[in-house]
Amino acid sequence: MEAPSAATWRRRRRLGRVGLYTLVVGFALFAAFPFLWGAITAFKADQDLYNRDNNPFLFNIEPTMQHVRLLFEGTAFNTFVWNTLVVALLVVAITLLASLPAAYSLARLNLRWGGAMAIAIFMVYLIPPSLLFISLSRMVSFLGLQDSRWALVVLYPTITIPVSVWLLMGFFKGIPKDIEEQAMVDGYSRLGAFVRTVLPLSFPGMVAVIVFSATLSASEFIYALAFVSQTSQKTISVGVPTELVRGDVFFWQSLQAATLLVAIPIALIFNAFLKRFIAGFTMGAVKG
Amino acid sequence: MSAVRATRRRRYLFDRDGVLAPMMLLPSVVYIVALVAVPFFLAIAYSLSDVTVGDPSFDYVGLRNFRAVLKDPVFRRSLTNSIFITAVTMVLVLVLAKILALVLTRDFRGKWGVRFLILLPWTTPVPLAAIAWLWMLDSLFSPIDWTLRRLGLLEGNLHWLGNSKLAVASVITVQVWRIVPLAAVIIMAGLAAIPQDINDAAEVDGAGFWRKLFEITIPLTLPVTAVATLFGAVLVFTDMSVVYVLTRGGPVDATQILPTWAFFRGIQGGDLAQGAAVALFLFPLLLAMAVLILRSVRRMEVL
Repeated sequence: MEAPSAATWRRRRRLGRVGLYTLVVGFALFAAFPFLWGAITAFKADQDLYNRDNNPFLFNIEPTMQHVRLLFEGTAFNTFVWNTLVVALLVVAITLLASLPAAYSLARLNLRWGGAMAIAIFMVYLIPPSLLFISLSRMVSFLGLQDSRWALVVLYPTITIPVSVWLLMGFFKGIPKDIEEQAMVDGYSRLGAFVRTVLPLSFPGMVAVIVFSATLSASEFIYALAFVSQTSQKTISVGVPTELVRGDVFFWQSLQAATLLVAIPIALIFNAFLKRFIAGFTMGAVKG
Repeated sequence: MSAVRATRRRRYLFDRDGVLAPMMLLPSVVYIVALVAVPFFLAIAYSLSDVTVGDPSFDYVGLRNFRAVLKDPVFRRSLTNSIFITAVTMVLVLVLAKILALVLTRDFRGKWGVRFLILLPWTTPVPLAAIAWLWMLDSLFSPIDWTLRRLGLLEGNLHWLGNSKLAVASVITVQVWRIVPLAAVIIMAGLAAIPQDINDAAEVDGAGFWRKLFEITIPLTLPVTAVATLFGAVLVFTDMSVVYVLTRGGPVDATQILPTWAFFRGIQGGDLAQGAAVALFLFPLLLAMAVLILRSVRRMEVL
């Protein structure tokens, strides 16, 4: 068989590039289209938006800030954001406090039933909120937490702790044992060695846990829908879809503005930490 | 002096694995037992009782709820919908995520921006993403309909969420759209773990793109792909926000799935016992998925 000539190679390469860019643009459009359409919608005047013959991708009438202003001044959006931040902060704190020692214990200390325990923690994944929310609704009211964002603060760590333990375990296993042993030779207790040497080294793992727990608090839906119905206690994930709709009237422009205002900051954080996040999850998965 | 001895004893205790390990594990275990294990067994107990919101007294009724649920056509619809939507979503995710992962490992211009846009569906809180789609699929003002009308392919409107087939297709589309980025990111991590010398050796031996794809890349990333797909399947199978926001299970229960049906029965209808019975049907299928995940992870370790 004849070897392909230089020209054939070049043509093939160019074809490959065209194919690559077609795929890139296709995927980016598919992913971002609802948001682009939302970004246009957010600034549209009602007469422009609600006319079936108008080109929906253009401003047929001057754009307006009216609906974005309505979101901040005429709805409880600020309250939802504040509630979400409070819940996220506390959930992150509880998650770190519980999962860091647990993961270390499973990764390093000799536990007779350590392996079984690690599998058991993974199995918690099998019992998702959609299976538990009905019986939890009774428990939540028994604890006096119904209709309060505190119910979410208490419940979300049940989702974040197992994932975080699993993830941090992988991280701790990746840290050489000699480092702690040296610290213990230097006179630290096991716990002291953990706090002073292992924790600082597992910072990337902690970042993954923080990002994961905070975004879960912002996006969880079932518990938030089933246990919180008072406007002043709602978080964004349920507040926006339930409160910006009155009867059959959707505040479309304000809804789209709210979606973008939440989506873009979270996406920026994820992109900034993506490498650490992937490292955290794959180390957890591979070495777990 | 006694203080010194006390510190020493504490030090001694903290150095013993047998004491330290359970202590460090305790907070997580207590948390999970109290708020996952207890409600789980409570759900099983509810499903065997006649508890309602109005009458919370517990009376054992055996399998009556399960019999009633199994006879209910809406429940059967929910069960088949849950399985069908998850299965179709995962096949599409498998293909698209694999392609996307291969694309994203290449070099091209504007990569940061493209990555940002592609990750948006996954990082956006699902209920808000569903709201964005609800507006895309609006019965009167859908931009998809407008485009089709402009191209002369459509008169009037498609009523995406009002037609039962299109509504199911819409739910699947939104699920695929939000899971593909996550699956691609996990598969990318698997691609990065392929030793470069294998690829180099293959190239030296004259293997082209397709040959390398089918004989190296795909076989070597099979376990991580399986993990990504199964994680996605669990997310889709247990999610209720997409269906709740888009259709509330309609039109006429065409998109009803197990989580939404359990919600409408148990929380909105107040029949905690039947709601719990419906939700429990998620468990055997999740168990199967989790066993598969653990198997794939183990195969990843062998590599």
